[in-house]
Amino acid sequence: MTLDDLNPGEEAVISGYANEITDDFRLLEMGLIIGSKIKFIKNAPFGDPIQVRLRGYDLSLRRNLAKRILLSKPFLTS
Amino acid sequence: MAEVFHNQQLASSNEKKLNIALVGNPNCGKTTLFNALTGLRQKVANYPGVTVERKFGDFADSEGTKFRLIDLPGLYSIASRSLDEKIASDIITGSSPHEPPLDLIIVAADATNLGRGLFLCSQIDELGIPIILVLNMMDVAEKEGIKIDVQALSENLQIPIIPAVAKKEIGIPELRQAITTIKNQKKNPQKTGFLFSNIEKNGVVKPIISWFGNAHKMSAKVALIEALKVISDDKSLQRWTANSGDHELNGLVQKARESFSKNTIPWEQVEIQARYDAIDKIINKVVIHRPNPEPSLNDKIDRFLTHKILGPIIMFLVLSAIFQAVYSWAEAPMELIENSIASTGEVVRHYLPAGMLRDLLVDGVISGVGAVLVFLPQIMLLFLFVSILEDSGYLSRVAFILDRAMARIGLSGQSVIPLLSSFACAIPGIMAARTIHNTRDRLITILVAPFMSCSARLPVYTLMIGAFIPNIWFGGFFYLPALTLLGMYFLGIVISILSASLLGKFVIKGQSSNFIMELPPYRIPVWRFIFLRVYEAGSAFVKNAGKIILAISIILWFLATFPRTDSANNSNNIDQTYAGQLGHFIEPAIQPLGFDWKIGVGLITSFAAREVMVSTLGTLYNIQDADETSIGLRDAMKKDKNDITGKPVFTHLTALSLMVFFVLACQCMSTLAIIRRETNTWRWPLALFIYMLILAYSASFVLYQTGLFLGFT
Repeated sequence: MTLDDLNPGEEAVISGYANEITDDFRLLEMGLIIGSKIKFIKNAPFGDPIQVRLRGYDLSLRRNLAKRILLSKPFLTS
Repeated sequence: MAEVFHNQQLASSNEKKLNIALVGNPNCGKTTLFNALTGLRQKVANYPGVTVERKFGDFADSEGTKFRLIDLPGLYSIASRSLDEKIASDIITGSSPHEPPLDLIIVAADATNLGRGLFLCSQIDELGIPIILVLNMMDVAEKEGIKIDVQALSENLQIPIIPAVAKKEIGIPELRQAITTIKNQKKNPQKTGFLFSNIEKNGVVKPIISWFGNAHKMSAKVALIEALKVISDDKSLQRWTANSGDHELNGLVQKARESFSKNTIPWEQVEIQARYDAIDKIINKVVIHRPNPEPSLNDKIDRFLTHKILGPIIMFLVLSAIFQAVYSWAEAPMELIENSIASTGEVVRHYLPAGMLRDLLVDGVISGVGAVLVFLPQIMLLFLFVSILEDSGYLSRVAFILDRAMARIGLSGQSVIPLLSSFACAIPGIMAARTIHNTRDRLITILVAPFMSCSARLPVYTLMIGAFIPNIWFGGFFYLPALTLLGMYFLGIVISILSASLLGKFVIKGQSSNFIMELPPYRIPVWRFIFLRVYEAGSAFVKNAGKIILAISIILWFLATFPRTDSANNSNNIDQTYAGQLGHFIEPAIQPLGFDWKIGVGLITSFAAREVMVSTLGTLYNIQDADETSIGLRDAMKKDKNDITGKPVFTHLTALSLMVFFVLACQCMSTLAIIRRETNTWRWPLALFIYMLILAYSASFVLYQTGLFLGFT
């Protein structure tokens, strides 16, 4: 599954990137590395982009990018 | 590296300043820190040829040593992928032609966001320049239940760390003291970074580390960094293999890459992954995080401000209020400036003897200064609001909400405010594009902003619609004059959208931001920093764009005044002047658009500002104090007949054609001057001027000729 599939409040661990993303290092540099926990906060009012939380900060990214971030099984946190 | 400061001797003589760079992630409070250290003694300019701002300020320590603090653009990495990063990393590594080598680097990190700050810090720590790490926003971290053992962290990283709350000046005296301490150190401890992790024991990396150790006498730490770089980056690898012609290294690296890829880590990501792994390990040792189980205040605010339905409504209200304010609050000070300029002119006129010098001063210089100052209220008001929005964290929520719409034209939500502001005036709008982080997006936004129908076009629309568009109602609901006005606004928007897509696809290279944007926590803005930014915006406009505007004003004054035909009573027979002659000269070129020489004169004089078209036509038709609502001017225009053909000069079609021309043409020297200031080159303003002129000419041409063909008059 990918980051795009999470529901608000769900958290998961990044397990990798779909192939094309290797040339987009910005996300990696911002700490979205393999093994990082990432939480889906909400959709923007018009559906795109999405708001996620990791490493204590919030990030907004578009769905087409979120689709390329692979996740392990999600878990719900409080 | 025997000495900490390469120019230590000079330093003690107080002659030369020591150079310090301030580096940090975006939103880590770096600017606040910069302001706290330098106060108002700061200067802002651009690096040659680029939009990246060069900001520096001077300060001295208690021993009287002078320092120059250079504020670098907010960075996530020094890997120089974007223009901002390239400039910053060139300066950091001492390979910039614009800045001297650095004596010290202050790395600012957000204490609530330690991992990301340490990532950047780890890269900088490997450069061999002394660094100080400032952990900013310690108060927020504490509130969020994050406890950092600063002592332990400092020992782990082996760099001095200053905990701080820059907003409240907490930690600033300690930072100054630390700078002095480092200055007085005789030896620079061998810095090799703090990047140590399990990876050095990894079976495929180990041989590469040994290779660097043997072949290049590197310490294990340095060798590890190099090993990660050659694994992750072909260019780094080629640097080593090209020098030594060594196939051994090549073979080792290929083996390592295959091994990582098998373990699902693409080899390009190995270095970043290893850095974060090492950092996360350190963080686990020194940071205790007891997260507050309650939803944070931030989340509670977001429940309203980015709510599915409430969010857009609140945003609409906030933005409407701001633009309403920029429009209406600016009116009174603008009038005040215009009146003061006029009365200053009168005073000078009264005391100086009649003649060229007096006219130059009054009509050229003083009114030129007025043309510059009159923009200040709008610029400063908009910057007041935009700074509050940005520093409070709401600006990024606006971008978050509106990104979807802007993504379609290849821009991001961050372009919304600059473009909307341009409906009031493109000058502050273009300046507000500074809030766009991505260089490409910022340039495109700057270049399409002038298509938005600004308030200076309104007098021209009002005059033309009032005089030539009949008051017809369609179906009791649509009012033709209002529809026409709406159409002009709409045309500008459509053309700007098309131009943005075109520019993004074919002209301006570079990666779109892809809209990876931080949503910083809400904060209460610090008023003195807000006012500092408002002041900076105003002074940048006056100092840079102001000069150009003043020069063009004087040229336009000259064209509209000389040669003198009737110097006795000083009445300006504008059609005899150079401007008038130019109007006649370009008449054949603009005739296919339906314009006669009088409009030609207006097109030339209104380059000063679009609304000058109205007063020029007033002068040409001998109407005293004409404005866009003057009945006399409207009647004179309606009655005017062509000398040769005897047909009316103005028709409905001419009026429409002229309005379309005004929508599309860059009839505004100040816009070009500010684009020159913001892009730091004449290339873009000139290209834009030509592009807009061609568009305006073609559109008016097609409209007028089609209209004639269809039999409209």
